[in-house]
Amino acid sequence: MENVQLGFLDYAILLIYVVFVIAIGFVLRRYLKSSSDFLTSGRSIPAWVTGLAFISANLGALELVGMAASGAKYGMATCHFYWVGAIPAMVFLAVFMMPFYYGSKARSVPEYLKMRFDERVRALNSVAFAVMTVFASGISMDALAKLLHQLLGWNYHVALWICSAVVLVYVLKGGLTSAIYTEVLQFFMIVLGFAPVVYLGLRDLGGWDAMTKALQGVSVNPAALHLKEAGVSYAPDAWTSAWQPLLAGPKNNPMGVDCFAMVFGLGFVLSFGYWCTNFLVVQRAMAARNMGAARRTPLIAAVPKMLFPALVILPGMIAVALASMPAKNYRIPPLALEEKAIAAAVAAVKESSSADPQAGVPEVIERVSAAQKGVNKETGKAKKLLGFDQAGLAAVIKAYAGKPIDADKALRAEFVAAFSNTMTDYEFNNVIVSLVRKYCPSGLLGLALTALLASFMSGMAGNVTAFNTVWTYDLYQAYMGRNKTDQHYFWMGQAATVAGILLSIACAYFAKQYNNAMDIIQLVFGFVNAPLFATFVLGMFWSRCTGTGAFLGLFGGILTSALFHGVTVAEGKGGWLGMQAYSFPSTMAQNFWLASFAFIACFVLTVVISLLTQRTKTNEELKGLVYSLTPKIKEEGTAWYLRPATLGIVLLACCVVLNLIFR
Amino acid sequence: MGLDIRLPIGLMFTLIGAMLAIYGLATASEPELYHRSLGINVNLRWGLVLLAFGITMLTLFWRGRKSNGR
Repeated sequence: MENVQLGFLDYAILLIYVVFVIAIGFVLRRYLKSSSDFLTSGRSIPAWVTGLAFISANLGALELVGMAASGAKYGMATCHFYWVGAIPAMVFLAVFMMPFYYGSKARSVPEYLKMRFDERVRALNSVAFAVMTVFASGISMDALAKLLHQLLGWNYHVALWICSAVVLVYVLKGGLTSAIYTEVLQFFMIVLGFAPVVYLGLRDLGGWDAMTKALQGVSVNPAALHLKEAGVSYAPDAWTSAWQPLLAGPKNNPMGVDCFAMVFGLGFVLSFGYWCTNFLVVQRAMAARNMGAARRTPLIAAVPKMLFPALVILPGMIAVALASMPAKNYRIPPLALEEKAIAAAVAAVKESSSADPQAGVPEVIERVSAAQKGVNKETGKAKKLLGFDQAGLAAVIKAYAGKPIDADKALRAEFVAAFSNTMTDYEFNNVIVSLVRKYCPSGLLGLALTALLASFMSGMAGNVTAFNTVWTYDLYQAYMGRNKTDQHYFWMGQAATVAGILLSIACAYFAKQYNNAMDIIQLVFGFVNAPLFATFVLGMFWSRCTGTGAFLGLFGGILTSALFHGVTVAEGKGGWLGMQAYSFPSTMAQNFWLASFAFIACFVLTVVISLLTQRTKTNEELKGLVYSLTPKIKEEGTAWYLRPATLGIVLLACCVVLNLIFR
Repeated sequence: MGLDIRLPIGLMFTLIGAMLAIYGLATASEPELYHRSLGINVNLRWGLVLLAFGITMLTLFWRGRKSNGR
């Protein structure tokens, strides 16, 4: 990818943003007096602020680039991650679960688990969560630094350290309040920075109807754009409808997912497991100034969340439509080749013969693939062959074979561009950046780039503020340093912030170096998270549920996920136990089914073991922690139309309407 | 908390919006710059949108401060 040149104004916008977020940290520092001011922001923030922060903390961590990528790969069905996989869970959190989180005076989600069950459940949850936040922020910072390197030619290390340093400064100065306030600023930055790009893309296509028409062509023959293998064909609405392709079965939609997996696996298990139990987002609501504000937080967040597909999924669909129109001269970004793979390509093509370029094609593909993907020790061949347009590659070999492409810098760059152009493996995560490059003149470019940076920073700050709280209150105070002064915990919170950022940076380097190991780690987190919601829902709504039941049930659920992954396969993933009980059409379907099984296993085990064990907590102790033992919240002071239940019903109705419009 | 977040948001977008709009005005006679953005002077137009948003936020901040002061 050729680097983009930033103008003075672009840098100025970037700099203004950085100055403002750091300034917010410094201003807020004056108000920090205790560890709870720093870690839980003293429960003092209005609902609209926590609401936007709630959505912004989630919007970071690869959401923006990842959802555009899914929009390109799967089209409109990606909206299910919003309309099925988020809104219902957010409403549930507000109406049913927030009263316990906020009312119990717990400072974190693991602490709630300790109050409701016992230390074991808290320890399991807090350790898993702390490690996960560090890895999540490391992975996203690695992605950011790579993107800045590819797009602007910035040095990877410099980009990584500077972005982390900015986050460190404002979180260290202003604590959670600072993270929440900057998240609100980042929210507006992201929306206002990307909206014009989406508008320009849609206008270039000729409007919504023109896009739909182009995508119908893609759906019928996705192989023309190398989106699927040759011969695959879908109904014309596969990329532009959310429900029709899904109802037609897993073979008839590009996601390869069936309706049950989507609704139960994603819409219930994974979605409720994330939105209702993940401290990263719940922490924002817990920082609200009173119970009403805490309950309105997810509801306020649900409004932009519902509309976000227009901002984050639509760009992916626009990109595919553009790529299907030859006149637009746009390609979906090819896979980014590593430096050693580029060197291999240069050497291989130089040594090829221009007289018979066709003969050189397999050799070139093998050598580049071996450099990029590694070599299989047994066969001595590349582990996986990259995809190329054979005729195009032959033409490139013909044009450049024997030429000094290794010595002449300009010629080399020209060759690399032509060579990448023949690739049919895509880097879908670069879709959104490629649109920014295509449509943004200097000025707007700076704004869009700042928006991108803002999304990554809000994600990192979200993870770090959740990490420092869980570390300080649930791990340090609980197991290492009990009964210390508040000043000591304040100091520990700040130390945990620095440590969290340094660990994130270490994880970013780890992700850069060991791509495959990172995939496995994320897989393991998937196993740990899948059954979590069963524990919470039983804990909150069934007073008979015991600590032992919850702990062993959770373990059983995690084990079930691992076993499930061991005996099923999808796209070559899974099946590590050596036997294949079932083969899924896509890893996404496998993932949704895995979550469903883990949830059911955890639920059943928790119920059975709870019934077999003695209760350790009395009804009096569970007051405020379990639904049936907690007095209903009096809402006489709130107008009926501001009550969470009313707002929740309105939101769900809007969500249903959206699903019907784009069915 | 002592800081009203509408103030920094308002200030930042007013500043960025004004800069974009002025740059858009200054480059209005350079059509090749706006070739990418389909011939639309997006810097001027979007700059004005950001400016309006920034000023709205500042107005809300001032009104909020007034009602708190009373």
